[in-house]
Amino acid sequence: MTQSLKDKLVILSLAVLATAFMITFLAIEEQAEIFALLVLAAVLVFASAKFGLIETISGCLSRNERLLNGAVVAATLIVAFWFYEDHFPLLMIATVLLYTVASCGLNMQFGYTGVVNFAGAAFFGIGCYTAAVLGETSVPMLMVIIVGGLVAALVGSILIIPVLRTRGHYAAVVTIAFGLLFRTFLEVNDALGGPQGLGVSGMNIFGWDFNSGITLTDDIEVSFYMNYVILALIMVMLTFVLMRRIERSWIGLNFDAVRLDETAAACYGIDIKHWKILSFTLGNFLAGTAGALYAMMLGFIAPSNFAFSDSLILVSIVLLGGMGSLWGTILAAGLVVLLPEKLQAIQEYRFLIYAVVMILILLFRPQGVLPRGLRAYIPGWRG
Amino acid sequence: MDQQKETVLAFRGLTRRFGGVVALNEFDMELDNGQIVGLIGPNGSGKTTSFNVLTGIYSANGGTIEFLGQDITNWPAQKVYEAGVARTFQRSRLCLELSIFDNVMIGNHKRLNQGILFNIFQRKALKAQIEENYSEAHKLLKIFDPALAEKIFDPVGSLRMIDRRRIEICRALISHPRLLLLDEPSAGMTHEETRELMDDILEVREMIDGLSIILVEHEMGMIERVTDKCIVLNFGQKICEGAYRDVASDKLVQEAYLGGE
Repeated sequence: MTQSLKDKLVILSLAVLATAFMITFLAIEEQAEIFALLVLAAVLVFASAKFGLIETISGCLSRNERLLNGAVVAATLIVAFWFYEDHFPLLMIATVLLYTVASCGLNMQFGYTGVVNFAGAAFFGIGCYTAAVLGETSVPMLMVIIVGGLVAALVGSILIIPVLRTRGHYAAVVTIAFGLLFRTFLEVNDALGGPQGLGVSGMNIFGWDFNSGITLTDDIEVSFYMNYVILALIMVMLTFVLMRRIERSWIGLNFDAVRLDETAAACYGIDIKHWKILSFTLGNFLAGTAGALYAMMLGFIAPSNFAFSDSLILVSIVLLGGMGSLWGTILAAGLVVLLPEKLQAIQEYRFLIYAVVMILILLFRPQGVLPRGLRAYIPGWRG
Repeated sequence: MDQQKETVLAFRGLTRRFGGVVALNEFDMELDNGQIVGLIGPNGSGKTTSFNVLTGIYSANGGTIEFLGQDITNWPAQKVYEAGVARTFQRSRLCLELSIFDNVMIGNHKRLNQGILFNIFQRKALKAQIEENYSEAHKLLKIFDPALAEKIFDPVGSLRMIDRRRIEICRALISHPRLLLLDEPSAGMTHEETRELMDDILEVREMIDGLSIILVEHEMGMIERVTDKCIVLNFGQKICEGAYRDVASDKLVQEAYLGGE
């Protein structure tokens, strides 16, 4: 059997395994069963690490990027269609996908360029509120997603001024202050609904109303959340293309140089401010687009959705997945969003558990669960 | 030949203070095209400070810097690099998690297309640029060490000190600068390694037209072997200038190093 055929078989069987796992995980509700499934997954991961399987697998995956991309998209669609009439699992999948987009934005800022942003939820929220306000007007809803991102990027260009003037912890404090300000601003602003929040109209593309279910035949009615899953998946794909192209170009190299050594970067002509502004703006744009669709999906938003703790969740997704790692972002977004929803026992303690997990990660695996690899400008090219 | 006599760099009365400490005091120097100048002196005598003022990391408190006929005093670091000055650092400042290729390419910043739309949308043209730069970086690394060139996609963090120094120098040379500032290239290396490294630098100098070098060094054997002239600093002040042989026998210099009354 040739190497490439072997690789393909490995990827396909992994995809089947992951799909089956996700379907089981989303379907079962008995707490003991969920717990058992998680333990099984953990044992499998540790066992394969023990027998050196991880290296073999990651080798396979990096050699076959296209197939891997396709397999992940197919697996997501299969899982989504498996639950075609259940609202809750589809809402969860769409949430994970939108959190992935927002976390990718944060990754662009924090993981690539090293610009801290503890106001991720605020930029997500700006997207949400833009969708709420524009939903009342005649602006096409698909356009609203992009406008949501643009407004977030625009507001971010105000925050970037103090961020550029400060370093390290001070820059972090500036963004925290901005996040708190944003929430307070929403709470006292009656035009934006005040503390009670606002209703948001659903997505509508050329008369295709996302908020009504799809009736295929008399027996089969697909949940309206399926619409959002598909659109969110498309957004994840576009985000991945953008993130990859940036990472695999001179821009990504400049971002890394700024993060790793500002002095050396400046001595080689790299304009620190220029690249920080670019990555901050692009990152906020992504967070804003994710927020806009999220608000349309939920139909209702309130300031309490955009607290400091929500910003911390986004930061923890980036750290857990691995700074700058795209697949890590998806995995971490899945863990952070799904685990508390499925394991009700931990829901009350979710922030306690996040805190402990974050400390453990930073202590024992600072590079994250799926660390980012070296830059491969052209996949598979070795000179 | 006229070109030979062209002054590449001139400091006039260059001064830099840190609080009450005068790190550079009225420092004058000139560097001709193609010359190698050794900058020596005890620790804290202002050698690295003069590099930092020249490359725009520190601003000057007085005096001027002229480079290729332009007044570049207090230019930002980026502009100084664009003008053709490249440097290495005393404690090597490479990006350890990036590959050798990435690190060398950071040095080539001004010759790469940095356009945002170009990088995101014109992938074919970008690919061609990457391949072109790859072969250039490969060629340059090969002069220093063929084995290093074969490891071009390995992370720098996995390499020995001498290899890291070589990469730092390649990073400085890839953009064809007119002036190369070497800040203690021998630090952390054996005599033999230092000799090897300097031979490579001299070899590369032949390939780059009119490359001048300022070398800060404690290793006197190296200074003696490669420099055209030496400048000795003590407490931020130039105390002697001339060929190594003359400088080494100078009484003031001996006092500065060994400590007189």
